[in-house]
Amino acid sequence: MKTIEIKHLWKEYGDNIVLEDLNLSVKAGEFVTLVGTSGCGKTTFLKLLLGIETVTRGKILLDDEPLVDEPDATRGIVFQRYSSFPHLNVVENVMLGEEFESSPLFGRSFGKKRQAIRERAIKILKRVGLGDAIDKYPSELSGGMQQRLAIAQALIKNPSILLLDEPFGALDPGIRADMHELILDIWKETKLTIFMITHDLKEGFHLGTRLLVFDKRRHDPDQPNRYGATITYDIPVEKTDNETLDEITGSMSNKKQEATL
Amino acid sequence: MKRLINQHPRRIGKILLGLIPFLLILGVYSFASNERLEINPNDKLMPAFSTMADSMHRMMFEPSKRSGEYLFWTDTSSSLKRLGLGVAISAFISLVVGIFLGIIPKIRAGVAPLITAVSLIPPLAILPILFIIFGLGEVSKVMLIVLGITPFLIRDTQLRVMELPEEQIIKAQTLGANSWQVITRVVLPQILPKLIDALRLSLGSAWLFLIAAEAISSTSGLGYRIFLVRRYLSMDVILPYVVWIAILAFAADYLLRRLSRSAFPWQITATREAK
Ligand SMILES: Nc1ncnc2c1ncn2[C@@H]1O[C@H](COP(=O)(O)OP(=O)(O)OP(=O)(O)O)[C@@H](O)[C@H]1O
Ligand SMILES: [Mg+2]
Repeated sequence: MKTIEIKHLWKEYGDNIVLEDLNLSVKAGEFVTLVGTSGCGKTTFLKLLLGIETVTRGKILLDDEPLVDEPDATRGIVFQRYSSFPHLNVVENVMLGEEFESSPLFGRSFGKKRQAIRERAIKILKRVGLGDAIDKYPSELSGGMQQRLAIAQALIKNPSILLLDEPFGALDPGIRADMHELILDIWKETKLTIFMITHDLKEGFHLGTRLLVFDKRRHDPDQPNRYGATITYDIPVEKTDNETLDEITGSMSNKKQEATL
Repeated sequence: MKRLINQHPRRIGKILLGLIPFLLILGVYSFASNERLEINPNDKLMPAFSTMADSMHRMMFEPSKRSGEYLFWTDTSSSLKRLGLGVAISAFISLVVGIFLGIIPKIRAGVAPLITAVSLIPPLAILPILFIIFGLGEVSKVMLIVLGITPFLIRDTQLRVMELPEEQIIKAQTLGANSWQVITRVVLPQILPKLIDALRLSLGSAWLFLIAAEAISSTSGLGYRIFLVRRYLSMDVILPYVVWIAILAFAADYLLRRLSRSAFPWQITATREAK
């Protein structure tokens, strides 16, 4: 199990300060949702956690160890799209993670081993509701099914942290509700730590244990890149009520107006 | 009326539409050839279809007086061997080099400038060097094809690899893949059909280099024959040979396309080409 400790994290791209002085401590098993205006650095934050971007200043500690700065099997990811491999069918997509482990040279398994991996993959696929689609290619799946596949793919590696970048952003509201159920159930069963970015504040309130709002504390209308975003609200989800929801909504739209002025 | 871009011919209609330009060309040729032969029966420039058929019959089914070979088939097989070997070697080199260039930044930094520089050299300009190094035999002809099309194929493969969504490469790593596994299980299978597409495009150049090499030094081959009989103005041989080359090129393209579709069924079937 992993606790995550972030201390005085800054992320800059050249002159563009994206994140400034961000502090956060997340216990193992929390379900954290991230909201914030477009371009405020949510994806950047997830990339830092994943290890595909490096911090400019500050530290990210996983169980008191500095974070490994390249992706590995402890941190699973589901992107908004392109998360599965088009040349493999559904069950092969899920088997892949196990096959990498079982055969370092070819990343392919054969015989009994393959059969065992396949059965595990099918079990996970049934769990996410894709039991009937195991022989299809990803391009033959609907958007919701593709995201289910991406989740199944990540689950076979038993990651301790699962990162989701607007995983349901492109889905219809009805399908989105189903996906919420699914991700909540999986979270309860596996007790993994989840970070999920969403554009939908209500989604953030409905899911998870903790809601983080990313925003700029200070704002310079002439130099929008002068100040970075940080966590302006950090709310346990049980404590949320409509008043807080309105407050956050207000704060976000205020900032947007300022930015356009 | 639907827009023109949405009007699709039916299957039969499509074939007929495709045939019309060919029939027109044949008709025009036949007419012009007749006209010329009427004025001068010894005219060699536009031989009648019957003359061409006679010459081809001789080259296909009668052993040559000098060597006892059936020239047409010897020429065809020599040319196809050279072409096939050259294209196969190029495909293999560009697959390996292109993938490594595309996926491993350090190799890219070290080798890409060299490939760019080499690709700027006109291959025909180094043909004499090839003849000096490899002699006038088969090797230099195959090498010319390889040198001619490999730089393009390498660069194309590299670009296709770099076009793979970053998400996929990252995802594979979060599934525990090492660099080699990313190459063998994620990159290679997705690049093979792209390589076949690139091969289809480079076949034209491959033929060009083959014929150029054969024209300069050879004892058999389609290009050799065309340039040999040119001395006697034998249009009755040249024209059928050119058509035959076109047919072979078309067949190669068709076979590659079929191979790509049947070997990689996961490719999106909804491309416009499929209609
Ligand atoms: N590789 C990069 N190089 C330079 N600037 C970048 C890079 N990636 C992101 N940025 C900048 O960082 C800022 C934050 O981008 P990010 O993608 O994290 O936003 P986001 O909060 O995920 O937005 P959205 O909700 O629209 O997805 C943007 O101003 C963007 O221009
Ligand atoms: Mg984003």
